[in-house]
Amino acid sequence: MTATMSNLIQQFFFYFFAVLAIASAVGVILGRNPVRAILFLVLTFFFTAALWIMLQAEFLGLILVVVYVGAVMTLFLFVVMMLDLNAIMQHKGLVKRRFLATLLVTAILAILVYFLGPWHFNQQTFPASSNMIAANYSSTQALGMMLFTHYLLPFELAGVLLLVAMIAAIALTKTAKPRRRVQDIDKQIAVKAKNRLRIVKDKELPQ
Amino acid sequence: MIPLSSALIFSAILLALSLLGLVINRKNVINLLMSIELLLLAVNTNFIAFAHHFHNVKGEIFVFFILTVAAAEAAIGLAIMIVLFKKRNTIAVAELDQLKG
Repeated sequence: MTATMSNLIQQFFFYFFAVLAIASAVGVILGRNPVRAILFLVLTFFFTAALWIMLQAEFLGLILVVVYVGAVMTLFLFVVMMLDLNAIMQHKGLVKRRFLATLLVTAILAILVYFLGPWHFNQQTFPASSNMIAANYSSTQALGMMLFTHYLLPFELAGVLLLVAMIAAIALTKTAKPRRRVQDIDKQIAVKAKNRLRIVKDKELPQ
Repeated sequence: MIPLSSALIFSAILLALSLLGLVINRKNVINLLMSIELLLLAVNTNFIAFAHHFHNVKGEIFVFFILTVAAAEAAIGLAIMIVLFKKRNTIAVAELDQLKG
């Protein structure tokens, strides 16, 4: 297999996955049903993970599928299923001025494409260090070698961050049964006069 | 070898789509959170494209940490949304205006 043919196959697969990922992202935005939008997002993540594996980041591509899709998107689906979808889907219709918003976002995209195009980022003006990657290059090994030596402290801090996030999520959604007689300051402050006091006229009093 | 600018333009398109999703929101907080996830995905793809171009693994390490933070933020955002829905019985963005001046 010649070099140009393998290059061609690589290009084909890149455009295949990229176009499908962008189409799924459009489906995320335009999905009216939240469940459908989440499933389109899962599809976007799958295609982007395939792209990442093509970009020699196979560990991160698999982590995207296992952790992001498998845990975070499942969490999204659980939360959407817990809420009452009838109450959500009452609000139909798009926001006003969506045409202007689309125009502005297209302008932003045009500016980005102008600055990221192949006239700036090609091999002549932005050279890579070398074009060859070793045949036994393992992204997992390279990541581990760097992560556990130079970046050990951020790694441990990421673990602490996840612990704090877990505690926060549990504390936010925990419904504590009132087993103690404590004051509920929110209820005490939010009380209104008409809940506590009623002015009666003379003719209402029993004789 | 995938050309760098192709991957960068793909990432820019994903970013623009996520901005569009944030703005033309159908009055639904879940769409906001999903657009933020798309945004983070675009940024991660950008980092990985550059890590692939320079044969440097530090871009992938940054993606590792961005994934961690994004997962934590999604979990806490969803927890806040659950509590909000319990209190207000609505998740339409237009009706969550208690802090409006």
